[in-house]
Amino acid sequence: MAAAKEIRTQIGSIKNTQKITSAMEMVAASKMRKAQDRMTASQPYARQIRKVVGHIAKANPEYRHDYMIEREVERVGYIVVSSDRGLAGGLNVNLFKAVVKDAKQWRDKGVEVDFVAIGSKAGAFFRNYGGNLLAAKSGLGEAPEAKDLIGSVKVMLDAFDEGDLDRLYVVNNEFVNTMTQKPTVRQLIPLVAPPKDDDDEQARPASWDYLYEPDAKALLDKLLVRYVESQVYQAVVENAACEQAARMIAMKSATDNAGDLIDDLQLVYNKARQASITQEISEIVSGAAAV
Amino acid sequence: MANSFQCEIVSAEQSIFSGEIEQIVAAGVEGDLGILPGHTPLMTELAPGPLRIIRNDGAEEEIYYVTGGFLEVQPDLVSVLADTAVRAHDLDEAQAEEARKEALKSLNEQQSDLDYTRATAELAEAVAKLRTLDQLRRMSGRR
Repeated sequence: MAAAKEIRTQIGSIKNTQKITSAMEMVAASKMRKAQDRMTASQPYARQIRKVVGHIAKANPEYRHDYMIEREVERVGYIVVSSDRGLAGGLNVNLFKAVVKDAKQWRDKGVEVDFVAIGSKAGAFFRNYGGNLLAAKSGLGEAPEAKDLIGSVKVMLDAFDEGDLDRLYVVNNEFVNTMTQKPTVRQLIPLVAPPKDDDDEQARPASWDYLYEPDAKALLDKLLVRYVESQVYQAVVENAACEQAARMIAMKSATDNAGDLIDDLQLVYNKARQASITQEISEIVSGAAAV
Repeated sequence: MANSFQCEIVSAEQSIFSGEIEQIVAAGVEGDLGILPGHTPLMTELAPGPLRIIRNDGAEEEIYYVTGGFLEVQPDLVSVLADTAVRAHDLDEAQAEEARKEALKSLNEQQSDLDYTRATAELAEAVAKLRTLDQLRRMSGRR
């Protein structure tokens, strides 16, 4: 009977785990909805400013801002946006793999790589990975605010201004749908012009420029910093939505797996119980026969 | 020449307006400016103030209040990237007046540089709100 008892306690402990994972699944599902709302709310601004900056990149301005000039690449920076907590399936691991792969390409060319980690998972990873970690920010919570990110973004922008960095990327999970999150690496500066066939490509002189009010420098300084901040903020809220979605899926499959495991163990337990009953009966019968 | 153009107004929190319009009047940092279809590309910073859009042959007018941001003009597209934007109808006049008085008071007391710049900004915002409300009133008076 010893084996049966062991199995029973095992089933009990798996049931407890299943309760926890299914509770986490439900929590993640409700948080995901809120995170998704936040993501869609700030999306129009991020998209519009990207469009405007795309126009600037295509224009032929009198004043070329530092962020518009391609320099020879000696050092690149990555702003890596991860989650603060684990138990979200392969979300963070896939993201770090994408960064490491991208960074390796640069390193093979002899280019140094710097990181800024947003989210404690990225912080922990890059401390181990041995990259040059310029700044780490964690504990943003479920409703990240743009002002919490300004510091980490400024570190990168300052490095760029001083010529320490020649390229800046932001890395985050892209929210495709609830089931799919795609790690993406996107170049922030120098600005990238959108592909030619994009939106309203009309007949206009090859070199055109804006009228600027007040002047080009003051305006672009502000606009481009705002651009980078908004893109990083968007990356953070999008990643937050991804985190909840990934956790929901991970916890759902954990709950399902626990169910399968319980079914299997239940079968083994029943067999063991039946075997022991049969054995007892045969012992009694043979005992009676002996008397 | 088409007599309307696409306009997109977004704030950091949401999309405020998107559609075909005939004219937009905004408060730039160097003064108010009105944009008509076919305007040359222009980029300006916005000061706190009203943002007025006119559409449907001038039959419809809407006024928004923005706390600042950027305005980009392309030949057939105007984008407004506002820091925050609200419909003028949602502004509270009493509150704006209160804020203006409060800012004036702290300007007069003027304790430190930091307070001073903040008070100036608050004053500018309160005045801009009142200006927006004033425009709104004039607009409804005309009807």
